[in-house]
This record gives sequence, C-alpha cells and structure tokens, in this order.
Amino acid sequence: MKQLVVLGGKGGTGKTTVVAALAQLMATEGRLVLADADVDAPNLGLLLAPEVLYGERFVGGSEAVIDETACIGCGTCQDVCRYDAVLATDGVYTVDAIACEGCAACHYACPAGCIDMEPAESGEWYRSMTRLGDLVHARLFAGQENSGKLVSLVRHQAQVLAQDRDARWVLIDGSPGIGCPVIAAVTGADLALMVAEPTVSGQHDLDRVLGVAAHFRVPAAVVINKGDINPGRSAEIEAYCRERDLPMLGVLPYDDAAMAAMRQGRTVTEASDGPLAQALRGLWAVLKPMLGQ
Amino acid sequence: MRLVIASGKGGTGKTLVATSLALVAAERATGSDALPALLDADVEAPNVALFVRAEVSETVAVERLVPVVNAALCTHCGRCAEVCQFNAIAALPTQTLVFAELCHGCGSCALQCPAGAITEEPQPMGRVTLGQAAGLRLGEGELQVGEAMATPVIRALKHEAQRRGWDGEALTIIDAPPGTACPVIEALRGADAALLVTEPTPFGLHDLRMAVEVARDVLGLPVGVAINRDDGGDGSVAAYCAQEGLPVLLRLPLEREIAAAYSDGQPLVTALPRYRPTFEAALDALLALAEEAQP
Repeated sequence: MKQLVVLGGKGGTGKTTVVAALAQLMATEGRLVLADADVDAPNLGLLLAPEVLYGERFVGGSEAVIDETACIGCGTCQDVCRYDAVLATDGVYTVDAIACEGCAACHYACPAGCIDMEPAESGEWYRSMTRLGDLVHARLFAGQENSGKLVSLVRHQAQVLAQDRDARWVLIDGSPGIGCPVIAAVTGADLALMVAEPTVSGQHDLDRVLGVAAHFRVPAAVVINKGDINPGRSAEIEAYCRERDLPMLGVLPYDDAAMAAMRQGRTVTEASDGPLAQALRGLWAVLKPMLGQ
Repeated sequence: MRLVIASGKGGTGKTLVATSLALVAAERATGSDALPALLDADVEAPNVALFVRAEVSETVAVERLVPVVNAALCTHCGRCAEVCQFNAIAALPTQTLVFAELCHGCGSCALQCPAGAITEEPQPMGRVTLGQAAGLRLGEGELQVGEAMATPVIRALKHEAQRRGWDGEALTIIDAPPGTACPVIEALRGADAALLVTEPTPFGLHDLRMAVEVARDVLGLPVGVAINRDDGGDGSVAAYCAQEGLPVLLRLPLEREIAAAYSDGQPLVTALPRYRPTFEAALDALLALAEEAQP
C-alpha cells in the first residue's frame, strides 16, 4: 500500500481538483482509500457525494473550567496562563474557552484545586463510501484547535481501512500552508505531489512546502496547474525543479471544465475529455510508476 | 479600526483584496493622519511583501520556550511528563526526554518540577518583519519551515504592531490565513469587522459557511462578503448571503487580466486602476459596517 499526499503551500492551487481526478483514474485500476486531510475546509466530499457509514466525535484536548464557588480569587491561574485565557471581572475568574490551549498549567497551579480540565469536543470524523472507493474525512468545529491531531486521526483510520481492504493506494488531500495540519498530512507518506500555481505567491509558497516535505524526509514531485495563466512563471518553476532534481510531472492547462465539473459535483475526468482531463490522465501515467506499482 | 480579510477556502483572493484595500486607504490618508497599517498574518504562506515591496526597518525573532532538563538535579519522579498535556516529555527510569516539536510552551513542567530541574530556553520559530512602503506601514509574520504552530507568530505580529502604536487611531488591515482553525481565530480576535472573501463555486460556498460560523457566530464580529472570480454562473453564494443577511461589499469578475496582474505580483489597483472606485466603495462599506457595530 502506497500513500500519496497532495499539497500546495498556497491555497486554491487546485489540490482537490487534482485529487478527485487522480482518484477517479486510480479507481479504474485498483482499490484506493481517500483521506481528506483539509479538516478546516473539507471539500473533497462535495465532488464525491459520500454516504456516511460511520461517524464519531473527536476529542482533541481539554479546556479549563473554574469552579467559582470554590475559587479563592488569588489570581494564580491568570499568572501562569501564557495564552491570556483567564479573564478576571470584578474579582471573578473565568476561562475564555476559545483562547484556552488545554495545557492544564492553571489546573496544576491552583492552590484551591478548583480548576477542572474538561474534554473539548472539537470535531467529528467519518468513514464513508463513494463511487470511487472509501473516504475518511472530518470536520473541525469552528475555531477549534488540534487540527493536526484530527488530521493524524484521519490518516490513521485511512491506513487501517486500506489494510482491511487490501487497497493499493491511500490518496490524501492536504490543506494549504506549512503548519501542524500539513505536517500531520505529509509525515510518513510515500510521495508528496505539490500542485503549484505560476504566480509569485505560488512560487514562494511552493518553496516553503517543499521545505516541509524535505524536513520530514518525504520525497516530492511537482505539477503546475493553470500553467498558461503565466507561461514565464511556469517556466521558472520548471527551471527551479530542474535545479533541485525535483521530478516535474507536467503542466496542467487552465480549463473552464474544472469549474463546470465542480458545479456538477463530478471529477474533471468524469465530466470532460478536454485539455485538462487529458493532462490529468498524463499526470497519472507518470505518477503511477513513481508509486512503485 | 481593525479590519480583517479572511476566508475559509484558500486561494480565494484574500491577499489580492487586502493589498488593494490597503493601497486605497494609504492614498486617502492625509498628511496629519497616522499611516494605515497592513499586517500579513498568513504566517504559513506570507505573500503581501511580494505585492507591496517594503523598506524593512526592523526584524524581530519569534521564539517559543521549550523545557531543558538539568540531569544533575532531576530525580526522575515523572511529574513533568504527568502534567504535560501534549506528550512532549517522556520520563524514563534514568532519563527524561523532551520532544521540542510537540511542546506548546505552556511552562507547566517547569512550574511543577519539585526538584527545580527544569528551565526554559527560547527556540526560534519564526520572525516578524516591520517596515514601510507606499504610505503604508507593513508588518509580516513568518513561520519557520518545519515549525508546527502558527498562532504564536500571529500573536507576536499583532503585539509588535500594537507596541509601536500602529493601531491607535489609524486603520489596520490584516490579511488572515485560510481555514477556520486556531490561527484564523488569532487573526480575527480583536477585529472591528471581517471581510470574508469567497468564490461562487460549491467549494467557495461550503467554506464561506464555515468562515461565517467562526467570524460571526463564535467571535460575534460584523461580517461582510467579497465575491471574487464572479462569472455569474453560480448564484448560490449570493443567495446564501441574502438569506443570512450578509452584505456583499465587493465583487470582482472572473477576468484573465486580473489573474495575470496577480501572477506577476502587481496589486490590482496599480495594474488595473479602473478597479480603484470598486475598492474605495468596498473600504467605505466595510468601515461603515465596523462603525455601526461600535458600542
């Protein structure tokens, strides 16, 4: 079983569009398990109409709660909190649940023993069936922490399922950026496919996310999306990859078919046989041998 | 006045909108006004500086405190590992290991160690850059590659700007990270209004709903919407806004010229001045929205 994660650094470069098309192409050749690791903006399900078979609450951490009746008003909790999460109004101490990091420093420091740590339900994860195979996905509740932990859970459940199903591939749709959810999505993958955009921001953010893959020793390859928006910058990214010996797997064209397919809730390769669909087929043809099969 | 430009989905055009709004605000500020500030709080992928080139005047290191165990004093009682909520310390019978990458820097282990064997040492995790350009104050937070936590860098950026009195009477525009998790909360906290940038697609609508939950429902901020790449093909975002009573304060069409200017790092109002009135009107509307909500 091989795990492919799709990342981009910058948001909106086309990660989910590429993942959905690759999933459709993989599904014609073997069994795969999909994992949507963009838990604070999960969009893969919008293209795959998942039927949820199992769902569970996710408790990512805990938050401090002060028992006002036992509080002696000493303010120790506020002194030890490094997240400005303890508020004092007229001598009454309360915890701002949104700011609370769940570190329990106040709980252990409180001389009156009146601060409890209560489990914080911060999301939900699901196991679903789609027309292309199994999908493990999740939803982080608004403004919650621990998105990295939830991504790790999604990854773990996808791997367990892939072993059960004897799947050939686990295909992971990552999130933008380089922080904890991206680190959780990339760690232990066999290959990271970076979807890059030929813009100054795209180039800048590609460099950073490649740094994350290298840091965690995951081999990376690059595909350029909407290359014809700026052919000069597209060529610069190709040169950048050549200099670093990074596999450049192709240039996908801008194609209205991407938006049209999204609006129909289909993958580009299901909805169209145009230039983008063909380029995505070409991408899978070069990607497949890299996954060792 | 602090305005935050945010979005659920990435790549909807936050930086495009934030830079042009800030440039329009800079043009308007007269001699006696304090300079408006533009803060890039998308610290995982900070891109504002690619569009508005700043003369950097100061760089401040952002550090986090990680515990260091003095082996000579450690009694291997295991209290530090017990109080750590993030599994960042493993207390073995003869050795205490710290996994710095898991540490949230809360300091609880050092406080609780009965032998006083734990000190905290700063470890670099990013930086804040401060400067000026085109009648604007510019601040940028940057998370170091390999570091997991964006929130402390965003907090440091806001803190450094505040410390220099950038907030005061002047306008501050913050370019937020995408998503709806803790870094977005940190960028939005203390704002007077939020402009949520989206696109008229099913992905755009889905993620806008999540962003509205964060900005309006959790944080209670006045919220306006910007619809980018509007090709007139999908009315569901506009219908959602009407139904929720969310004002659409800015609309930008799906145009190759806009994408081309963006791809080369040109702010939209500089490359295509015909959009200046659009941004002036959007800035006025956003300021009015924020003012209406003032106590």
